[in-house]
Amino acid sequence: MTANTTNGGADGLGLGKDLTGLQQLTCEQIEGILDTAEPFKEISERRIKKVPVLRGKTIVNLFLEPSTRTRISFEFAEKRLSADTVNIASSGSSVEKGESLVDTARNLEAMRIDMVVIRHGSSGAAQFLADRIPSNVINAGDGQHEHPTQALLDLLTIRDRLGSIAGRRVCIVGDVRHSRVARSDIWGLMRCGAEVAVCGPKTLIPMGIEELGVTVLSRVEEAIEWAEVLYVLRLQLERMDAGFVPSLREYNRFFGVSRERLERAPGDIVVLHPGPMNRGVEIDSDVADGPWSLILPQVTNGVAVRMAVLYLLAGGSPERAESAKEARE
Amino acid sequence: MSRPVLITGGRLLDPSQELDGPGALLIRNGRIEACGRDIVGPDDAEVVDVDGLVVAPGFIDVHVHFREPGDEHKETIGSGARSAAAGGFTTVWTMPNTDPPIDDPAAVGFVRGAGERAGGARVYPVGAASRGLEGEKMTEVGELVAAGAVAVSDDGNPIWNAGLLRRLLEYTQTFDIPVLQHAEDTGLSCGGVMNEGKVATALGLRGAPNAAESCMVARDCYIAELTGGHLHVCHVSTREAVEQVRRAKECGAHVTAEVTPHHLALTEDAVHGYRTEAKMNPPLRTEEDRQSLLDALVDGTIDVIATDHAPHHYEEKEREFDDAPFGVVGLETALGVAMLELVESGRLSLGGVVDRLSCAPARIMGLDVGTLRPGARGDIVVFDPAERWTVDASTFMSGSRNTPFVGKELVGRVRATWVAGERRYELPREASPFREGAPPYVGQGSV
Repeated sequence: MTANTTNGGADGLGLGKDLTGLQQLTCEQIEGILDTAEPFKEISERRIKKVPVLRGKTIVNLFLEPSTRTRISFEFAEKRLSADTVNIASSGSSVEKGESLVDTARNLEAMRIDMVVIRHGSSGAAQFLADRIPSNVINAGDGQHEHPTQALLDLLTIRDRLGSIAGRRVCIVGDVRHSRVARSDIWGLMRCGAEVAVCGPKTLIPMGIEELGVTVLSRVEEAIEWAEVLYVLRLQLERMDAGFVPSLREYNRFFGVSRERLERAPGDIVVLHPGPMNRGVEIDSDVADGPWSLILPQVTNGVAVRMAVLYLLAGGSPERAESAKEARE
Repeated sequence: MSRPVLITGGRLLDPSQELDGPGALLIRNGRIEACGRDIVGPDDAEVVDVDGLVVAPGFIDVHVHFREPGDEHKETIGSGARSAAAGGFTTVWTMPNTDPPIDDPAAVGFVRGAGERAGGARVYPVGAASRGLEGEKMTEVGELVAAGAVAVSDDGNPIWNAGLLRRLLEYTQTFDIPVLQHAEDTGLSCGGVMNEGKVATALGLRGAPNAAESCMVARDCYIAELTGGHLHVCHVSTREAVEQVRRAKECGAHVTAEVTPHHLALTEDAVHGYRTEAKMNPPLRTEEDRQSLLDALVDGTIDVIATDHAPHHYEEKEREFDDAPFGVVGLETALGVAMLELVESGRLSLGGVVDRLSCAPARIMGLDVGTLRPGARGDIVVFDPAERWTVDASTFMSGSRNTPFVGKELVGRVRATWVAGERRYELPREASPFREGAPPYVGQGSV
């Protein structure tokens, strides 16, 4: 049960029923999603931020791992497209009582829903769900696997600022090992023709990553010298307890992205971060709030990209996005 | 005592006496009475015509998990023993990591008793090496052996304390039993759920590196050298561990090793799609490792094939990859997988496969089975070496169906199994349409 005839498949991009990752998408599909996001950006700038694109659709936001930014971004996207939404978190739900993921999904399905947006702590959980229910499934982050809508908003932000993705040099700095954002960005950037490098202490760089087609840089100074885009990952504080880095102070000293380091960049450089930031650890406030930073535009683009994904999986076509959003109640 | 059995018309294949040719086999009073050409049975013998089939000593698996006591919903000693017989196995060694573990003589007696009542393969318990499998205090090894244990192991857990392993390899020499070691440095495997490398990185799954196994095997081999005890390395999965075993054997250490059919047949690529039926410990490795394992089994560095048969209930495997338990069932596909990977590819003769499944385990563990010599126990497998069949887990005798080989076409199929001259398994006719022109595979009548 991987495909469904009533949901998806008619989006013109051939995305299929679900969006579980960027690994399996083509450059045309990714650019198509970004193009579709363009007309949706404007909705959020209106006085009345609502269009009837998804009226009558029921969407479940199944967030089984803590999330603020992604959950709220999806919720805004859904509400601004007039979908009916329900939020489920693990605490206070039957998941806490030990219900399995497959049973949770089947019960939701029995209530006749149209889409599930899932955030889960286990890699592969979104695919697991997608294979078992006919609703559209959107991966909002599964373990250390992928977080496709984050990468799409990153790509959109890079394209907005630099005009193109192809040929750009992008270095992802930090805890690549544990990062689903890094994986989705690597696939998305490579599909769109960017050159990708990763940089961080070797304890946080996963084995075999070169075989995915990326370069490994071992010093942040090298990364800044090479890159046009620096993508700074959050250092989860529990990594220190697990012994991947000896202390936050040391991490900041050797891998932190600071004003002093950026000022030595040979050319123009922009900085992205998926949030939430640890100021003074992986990124200094001077940088986060400085001229290099695209961090808030990323957040703004997040809503538009998620609207585009919801619209496309619900069967919308990229060409009709502009007219779809202008339809009145 | 059951009727004498005369198995006739088949190809007798017994590498233990370099026998390969047409002939008959007479089993009486549970033992092989005669083996060769021109054998005539007594008038009361049951005559079984196995024209076109291979008659070989029953297979021996020194590494299975039968889950009883504690997890009978996965497998019982009864269902496990019958699953073994269906795979052509006549002797199995059950690992002690049940709940409670098999760490005292009464528990050993329980497993033996249940095995005798099962009506399948012979079930020999492996006792725990440490009390409660906690890796600290040695069990009463002598008492366990007296109650019927054939080896000791903490399988599932490594014996991580080198001092304890040393004492075990010394102490077990009195009782002439091996220590079976699950070699894993858990500091290096560090919660890994598959092989570390490109696939794990792409899937976002925690990986266990080859070194987690090879470091432990290297250490264990040096301790075996030091003590002279018999170390048996379970489920070797890496090329580096193969090198360690090879080195230890060249130095004269009493080290033996096993490999599973799934490590011979599959690589980490089988995990794509988060397939929990490809999740086991040690994990599936790379093609380079797989080739090295095949070579090592052929050249004798790895002595035997053992399945690490690890049943799990459907629901336990039908979940997120991180949360699914390790392990696959293997008894009923072992011959087919081994023949596909070894005989079909031209690496090993059919006799070589029978050796690794039967004669070699008997030889390294000192068992009076694994041969068709007169006087040996009447443990026999009859199989069709040419039959191609597709794995359908719903036909398994095992209580579980967690195999990575569903839908896979294998070569070589078990038709019937005898233990002590008693027929313990026969392939149902509907599952095995006769080849055109072939006579009935198991018939009765007088000569």
